[in-house]
Parts: sequence; structure tokens; C-alpha cells
Amino acid sequence: MAEVRFLNVVKRFSTKSGDVLAVDQVNLEVADGEFLVLLGPSGCGKTTTLRMVAGLETATSGDIFIGSRRVNDLAPGERDIAFVFQFYALYPHLSVRDNIAFPLRAQRISREEVDKRVQDVAQRLKIEHILKRRPNRLPSGEQQRVALGRAMVRQPQVFLMDEPLTNLDASLRADMRVELKHLQHELGTTMLYVTHDQTEAMSMSHRIAVMNLGVLQQVGTPLEIYNHPQTLFVALFIGSPPMNMMTCTLSEGRHLQAKVGNLRLTLSSTHRLLSQEREQNVAFGVRSEDVHIQSADRASDVMGTVLVREPLGDETIYQVDVGGESALLVKALPREVFQPGERVGLTIDPERIHLFEAATGKSLLAAAEKAG
Amino acid sequence: MLRRILFWLALALVIFYFAFPLYWIVISSFKTIADVTRATPAMLPFVDFQQTLANYSSILLGTNIESETGVQAAASLGEFRERLLNSVIISGISTALAVGMGTLAAYAFSRFRIPGEGDLLFFILSTRMLPPVVVLIPIFLFFSNLGLRDSYLGLIILYTSANVPFVVWMMKGFFDEIPLEYEEAAMVDGYSRIEAVWKIVIPEAIPAMAATAVFSAIVAWNEFVLSNLLNRNYASTVPPYLNSIVGVGQVEWGRLAAAAVLFVIPIIVFTFLVRNHLLRGVTFGAVRR
Ligand SMILES: Nc1ncnc2c1ncn2[C@@H]1O[C@H](COP(=O)(O)OP(=O)(O)O)[C@@H](O)[C@H]1O
Ligand SMILES: [Mg+2]
Repeated sequence: MAEVRFLNVVKRFSTKSGDVLAVDQVNLEVADGEFLVLLGPSGCGKTTTLRMVAGLETATSGDIFIGSRRVNDLAPGERDIAFVFQFYALYPHLSVRDNIAFPLRAQRISREEVDKRVQDVAQRLKIEHILKRRPNRLPSGEQQRVALGRAMVRQPQVFLMDEPLTNLDASLRADMRVELKHLQHELGTTMLYVTHDQTEAMSMSHRIAVMNLGVLQQVGTPLEIYNHPQTLFVALFIGSPPMNMMTCTLSEGRHLQAKVGNLRLTLSSTHRLLSQEREQNVAFGVRSEDVHIQSADRASDVMGTVLVREPLGDETIYQVDVGGESALLVKALPREVFQPGERVGLTIDPERIHLFEAATGKSLLAAAEKAG
Repeated sequence: MLRRILFWLALALVIFYFAFPLYWIVISSFKTIADVTRATPAMLPFVDFQQTLANYSSILLGTNIESETGVQAAASLGEFRERLLNSVIISGISTALAVGMGTLAAYAFSRFRIPGEGDLLFFILSTRMLPPVVVLIPIFLFFSNLGLRDSYLGLIILYTSANVPFVVWMMKGFFDEIPLEYEEAAMVDGYSRIEAVWKIVIPEAIPAMAATAVFSAIVAWNEFVLSNLLNRNYASTVPPYLNSIVGVGQVEWGRLAAAAVLFVIPIIVFTFLVRNHLLRGVTFGAVRR
């Protein structure tokens, strides 16, 4: 087992149409035994980052360490890592057994030991019954397991996985999430896992590293990332439905106040603003579950009209027009029923709001309350 | 119903169109001189004519053929067999070389960034645009000076270089379809690139290699002009021999047909041996991601 460290890692691709800065000054530490998910939209540089750890891409600058070894100049095979590809890359001309044994055959390992380890892995992944088959005819769920088996069998220092669950259908994916998390916990092997799917990231990881346009946005536990997004990008990327985001102005009275459209909010005393200048142009965010909908006759922060009601069973999502630039999304319990067209009152939990500098996208709130 | 009938009718026509000449050659090879030159052709063995193995034994063993018009001269003993062996050697070696070298070149074109890749690929293809006949005289003089006439090596070089471009283009298309992840997975798992290519890529590429090998072998096997010009005395191949049968006086259709049948058998056998790979090879692009 080992930790993985990135020190100012940059990757630039030169293409015919110019340079692409795929990974920009990444600093990151994955602790020994940690399950770290690299999360970001497609094209943000996740795969490139992972491939640099594997040695399939060379970093343009910066250092990558696995354990105490600087691996920049090591061949992929010398790094003692296992890589699970998005499309599994199972060798069609080899049986499942030979696919799994393949990494062991590169090492000097006795035949009995190879057989034993393949058997162990197959048992653990419940694929003993398909060991003799060829992989390309197997259902994708089993192909997935074979790919995992091939990664596990050599007992590497680090697992690197690039969107391994994308090719599975939804229910299988949910099962595999649980199983993968459990496997990683049992094996205790450091895991660097890439995905664009926030559910995967939230449910499996110890920590999430959110990336956008090659830049690491924030690293933290799932709840830290969810509750205290440090950038506008993270705030908008994490959470479903997406966070309500509006422009607002801040003004100082006795308390610091935020003015959003018709809405005037007094910031709670727990909010310490990072920036000393009072921003005129600020993005104001609040998650749909932190806005409460109630009948119009109750005392509310702002009044609005219900536009759309989406009952999802366990909760209901309302779109409420409050006269601002866009409608607010509000999550409510299914038993509170309001009809489209109905006037309603909304209250916003002032503890749970988010403010971002519009120009830089940086959070204006100190991440003091780490507890989540 | 009518559509079915039309379908089978069309199919029958197509099969007839392609298969009849073969049938014609095969039955002719079993005919006596009298039967093969009959004005109303005999179509059915056992019924229309009495089949004979005389043509084959003449070709292969050099026996004489008796006929009402007198004894025909036999082919000089063993010449056909010798030429057949030469054809096998020259086609076999040149095909192996072309497929081997072309495959490696195609792999490099497919996987590495090569400066001027497009131009190089076009250059390789362009060598096929000139018909060999055009460069016949330069090649003749060239080979004379180098002592490559009447040698195996001369034709092997020519046929190999004629086939390499074709192999490069076919195999590059195929390698482009093989996901890079295969080699990468092998390399992460502790193999060098060479090992990855040998253990993973080549086994994957065998169908395509088989398909290109068949096409290359056919080209080398059938080549007439260069062989006829360069290898007249030693290491001569079969195609000029077939021509020589036509050439001497009266055309000996029976022996010509027998030689032609014997000539196509090896290529049919070869195609048959690799048939399982062929379909996958020629329909490449079918590698699943
Ligand atoms: N081999 C390459 N050559 C040129 N550009 C590349 C190459 N690989 C990736 N890129 C570019 O780098 C950026 C990041 O790609 P990638 O790491 O694959 O993103 P992700 O995995 O997050 O979707 C993209 O803009 C992509 O187009
Ligand atoms: Mg990717």
C-alpha cells in the first residue's frame, strides 16, 4: 500500500490546432488506503491525471510520487499499480482465467501460485463459473468483474480506475458501487477513482477531488464538498437538482445583508466573509432543500407563485417564480401540496446560503464550519 | 413467392456466371484431345465423354499422350513440378515477408506519431499506381547488373515490394480499430511494448493478417510479366509455363486445363486453411469496444 502525491503537476498536449492545457498545476495527496474520487465533467482532465499516475502519459512538469518513489521516469509496469479502463480492455483471444492471470505471468510467479491467486480473486468476485469463457461474449456486469479481477490479482500498491461503472445499467451500477466500496475497504488498497457521476463520488469515496478545466477546485469529504463548496463550479456541479444561483448585492446595515431580487436576507452571525471589500456583484446560492415553502399567509422571506410541481414520491420539487431572473427550485415533503399558480411564501435558512465572488467564482464565506 | 423465384433465379445466374469457367476448365482437364477439340462441346463426364487422367500424368510425370492424330510430345519431364515448387517458394516467402514487414510498418503508422505520416502513407500507396510493365526495362537492366535474374531472390524482392503497400494499408486500418487500451493494459501489467504487441496485438490481428496474406499470395502466385521476363532459365514460376503450352503449335487444351487446375489448387487450399479468419479479417472494424 502507498500514498499517491501530485506536486504541481501540469500536462499540456500539443496538437495541430494548438496546445491543450489538460491538467493545470495539480497538487493532491491521496492517503495510504484512501478511496479518493476524482470528479468532474467530461473533458476536465480526470483521465489524463490518472494516466499520468499509470505512466501512460508523461507529465509536462511537476512530480508524481507513489509511496516515497518519484515515478515520473518509471515505465508503467514498474509502478506497481493496476488500471481498470472504461471499456475494460479485456483481451478477446484469452479466456477469463488467462485474462486474470495475465499480470501475474509478467512476473516470476510459480504456476501453482498463479492458479491459487486467480482462484481466490474469482471466488471473491463470484466469477468462478465463467473462468473458461471468452470475455467478449459475457454481459457487461461480468466483464466488469473480470476487469476488477485482473486489477486485484497482482495486489498492487494503488488501484487506478477510469469510470469503470459507466457501461453498466443503472441497477447493476448501484450494486457495483456498494461492492466496490466494500472490496476497497477489505483490501485496504489505495484507490484513485475517476468519474463524472456525483452519485458514485458521494457514495463511494472517503474524499472527493473536484476538477474543472484541468484545475483542481476543491478536495474534501463528500459532506464538506456538498455543504461548503469553495467555488461556484463545485456548488453548481454537486447536488441534484442543482443549487439555486442568483446574482445579489451585499450591503452593510447593522448586519450584513444580501439583496437578491425582491429578497432581502440578513446574513447570520456565523458567516464570516472572506473578502473585505463589499462585492457589488456576488453570486448567491441556496440548495433547494434549504428553501422552505409554506402557505402565503405565514411570515416568509419572500413571496412567489408556483410554476411547476414535480412529485418524485419521497419528495416534491417546486419551481417558484419570485420575480427574479430565474425561478427558485424548492424541495418539499410530499405531504405539503401546493398547486401551480398558487401564491406561496418561501423562507431561506440563512445558515445554509452560499456566496461567491462573481468574477473569480471563489466562495466569499470562510470554510470555518468544517464539521459539515 | 414471385420474389423468391426471382431471387433464386438471379442467384443461379450469378453462380453460373462465376462457376462455369471453372467447371469448363476442370472437365477439359479430363478430356482426350479428340473430346476437347470437338465442335459441339461435351459437357458431362461419364455421359458425353470418357474422362482420362492422361493430361495430368503428362503434366506431372512427363508421359506421352496417344491420340488418333499421332503421339503428342510430352512436357519435358518434371518441368511443371519444378515450376510449381518455385511458385510455392517464391509466393510463400514473398507473402510472409510482405505480411511481416507490412504489419510492423502498419503498427508503427497506427500507434506512433510519425512526421509526415500522411505523405509517407500516400507515397507507399503511390508505388502501386504504376503498372509494373512500365518499369520492365529498367528492372531488367537493373536485375541483370545485380545478378538477380533467374534467381529466387529477384522475384521475391519484387513481389514483396509489390505487396507491402497493400499490407500496410490493410493492416493500418485494422490496427486503428484495435483499442490502444489493450497494449496499455498489458504495459501497466508489467509487459514491455514489444511483449504487449506480441502477446496481445498480434493474436488479435491474425484474422486481418490472414486476409491480407491471401490477397498478397494471389498477387504473387498469378504474376506473369516479370516472371516471364526475368526468370527464364532458373527459378521459373508456373504462369509463363501455362503460356508456353499455348505457344507451341497446336494448342494443347487438355494439358493446359490440367496445368491450370493444378495451378489454382494450392491457392484454394491456402484460402481454405485460413478461411475461419478470413471473414473476420475482411470485415474488420468489427472489433468491439
Ligand atoms: N492525447 C491527447 N491529445 C490531445 N489532447 C488530449 C489528449 N488526451 C486528452 N486531451 C485533451 O485533454 C483534455 C482532458 O481530457 P481527459 O483527461 O480525457 O478528460 P476527462 O477524462 O476528464 O473527460 C480534453 O480537452 C482532451 O481533449
Ligand atoms: Mg475520461
